[in-house]
Amino acid sequence: MGSMKLKKIKDKVVGKKKSGVSKVKKSKGLKSSNRKPKLAVWKFSSCDGCQLSLLDCEDELLAIAENIQIANFPETSRAVVKGPYDISLVEGSISTPHDAERIHQVRRQSKLVVAIGACATSGGIQALRNFKDVKQFITSVYPNPDYIETLNKSTPIADHIFVDYELRGCPVNKYQLLEVISAFISGRKPNLPSYSVCIECKMKGITCGLVAFGPPCLGPVTQAGCDALCPTYHRGCFGCYGPKETPNTSSLSEYWKNVGMSEAELMRLFRNFNSNAEAFRKESEAYEK
Amino acid sequence: MKNKIIKVDCLARVEGEGGLSIKVVEGKIVELNFNIFEPPRFFEAFLRGRHFSEVPDITARICGICPVAYQMSSINAIERAFGIEVSEPIKLLRRLIYCGEWLESHALHVFLLHAPDFLGYEDALQMAKDHSSIVQMGLRLKKIGNEIMRIVGGREIHPINIRVGGFYKLPLKSELKELVEPLKWSVDACIRTVRFVSRFSFPEFERHYEFVALQNEGKYAIEEGRIVSNKGIDIDVSEYEDNFYEEQVSHSTALHSVVKGRGGYLTGPVARFNLNFDKLTQTSQEIAKEAGIEKGTNNPFKSIIVRAIEMLYVCEEALRIIENYEEPDKSVVNVQPRVGIGYGCTEAPRGILYHRYRFDNEGLVLDAKIVPPTSQNQKSIEEDLYEFISGRLNLSKEKLTWQCEQAIRNYDPCISCSTHFLRLNIVKEE
Repeated sequence: MGSMKLKKIKDKVVGKKKSGVSKVKKSKGLKSSNRKPKLAVWKFSSCDGCQLSLLDCEDELLAIAENIQIANFPETSRAVVKGPYDISLVEGSISTPHDAERIHQVRRQSKLVVAIGACATSGGIQALRNFKDVKQFITSVYPNPDYIETLNKSTPIADHIFVDYELRGCPVNKYQLLEVISAFISGRKPNLPSYSVCIECKMKGITCGLVAFGPPCLGPVTQAGCDALCPTYHRGCFGCYGPKETPNTSSLSEYWKNVGMSEAELMRLFRNFNSNAEAFRKESEAYEK
Repeated sequence: MKNKIIKVDCLARVEGEGGLSIKVVEGKIVELNFNIFEPPRFFEAFLRGRHFSEVPDITARICGICPVAYQMSSINAIERAFGIEVSEPIKLLRRLIYCGEWLESHALHVFLLHAPDFLGYEDALQMAKDHSSIVQMGLRLKKIGNEIMRIVGGREIHPINIRVGGFYKLPLKSELKELVEPLKWSVDACIRTVRFVSRFSFPEFERHYEFVALQNEGKYAIEEGRIVSNKGIDIDVSEYEDNFYEEQVSHSTALHSVVKGRGGYLTGPVARFNLNFDKLTQTSQEIAKEAGIEKGTNNPFKSIIVRAIEMLYVCEEALRIIENYEEPDKSVVNVQPRVGIGYGCTEAPRGILYHRYRFDNEGLVLDAKIVPPTSQNQKSIEEDLYEFISGRLNLSKEKLTWQCEQAIRNYDPCISCSTHFLRLNIVKEE
């Protein structure tokens, strides 16, 4: 998210908390009362991978359930404890008229809303529709387009409601997810990096692919969180965690152009799971013919 | 209790969103809709114009539970379109990571999603209070499946190491050897799992399905094979669309698949087990027989036993692959795109997953078709429910609703994939 947008959001936050992402403030935490904090997990348009990350905490899952009441998590349980909820994890993007309504119900029943994953924080892979005419998409996939209800654009949760924290990743890193949950329970700010994948690469002592073996790499403009996974596997970063703070995307593109990448290739490079994140969207649009 | 409306707005313990609505008037079902209301995401549309090298990473995002299936079906199709043959060690590594995905996905379903139904718990966390060691065993099995995916693929969800022509980086022999001891434990744990789930009480319910699965000489088909059925289908993957077609229904964003001229069919663990029983390892076959289940199983509720047997099989298979693994010289073969069409089909944990792509000379996608297992099973799920409920209309609404949910969970439906999933909506007008 660009700084301009952040400023706008801050203004909104100070004013009428309508939509956007907050700066985390110090609070007493959710453990102050003697009851367990109530957690809800909501799904919008997504692949289920980010909520699966919670179930992928095999060593921690039973301990989590001892400390938190998993009150509403349909993928895991048919039991639903009514809201309000202390923390709502929201997976997925808003892409249907029904979901655009439903997300407000989630906000109304939740003390804290945490958007998890690329879909919830940028619109996800399905935001590729934002660059095309969605009507043509429907007719190319479904023989009877009339049955399908969808919005023209796939958008992040913060475009619709006030979001307390955004956790990036396609998928999210499960340890980061645990950090976010435990931070909010104890009333502190999640301790997660906002620097680029490059820093992770340097900390791991990995040879820079950008200069050494040259696959296109989005590392310099992508937020850390994966522990430089792709470079570790000898491939360039393809931007799962979305743009870092103040990314210089055009400078990176210039570099790739100079070593022979075509504009069509550059456009596709920025159009993946975070194609609708402002910095990546603008950069890809610069190469649209 | 002549008229009933049974309604499950959001079906729990499935991956994705769906519901069921059933309307009963004067003791007869007048309407039964298994709804998938997962938002449509239009993968087939936005794959157009993408480079072949990007396709496996994009299609992985269709499903966070079975990304390897999507990567493998797309890679099969692409390699076939370009006439690429990969080396035997690469094929085995692909089978290994697929074994990891089956183990992870089946363990999730057997222990966390399906077993609570049979034991009367709302979820596995409640079940853990009484059956702590069982749930912990399930979580550990799931973790070992994830470990295979992490070591071979880089990470569990949306692996990054799989590419057209091979892998980005080959796992070291020493890294794979770390899996040997956990997998030996897993073989024993899976045998205990088969014995545990086979003692559940199963509703008396059988149907005569057309079972559809991949089949392969000499091995239990996972990552490649011909498409076969118990009613005479025996075709190459390229002939899929000549034999099956998809129809759209108003109550679902998933398309329903049928066998041309015959109707619904069943794909997934029970189909594979029935068609490929003799390809299982000797231990898996013996443990299956001991559990009272053999080729010719027609009770969909027993799919939980079949999944446990498949877990046993993939642990043995993973051990075999690891013990014979020698690092190949090259991680990837040269890939030269060309104009053409490619077809790919693999056995996702939930059943056959079909992909077809057409490419231009630069290797850009001209069009794509993806048929996920849950949309293929959707008609079968509705037919199961119709027959299952007809004999049970005297049950209380609460009990019937739960049993319907359980019947749907037999399929481990992955709704995220099939939207192109479920809202139980049993309308009993009283």
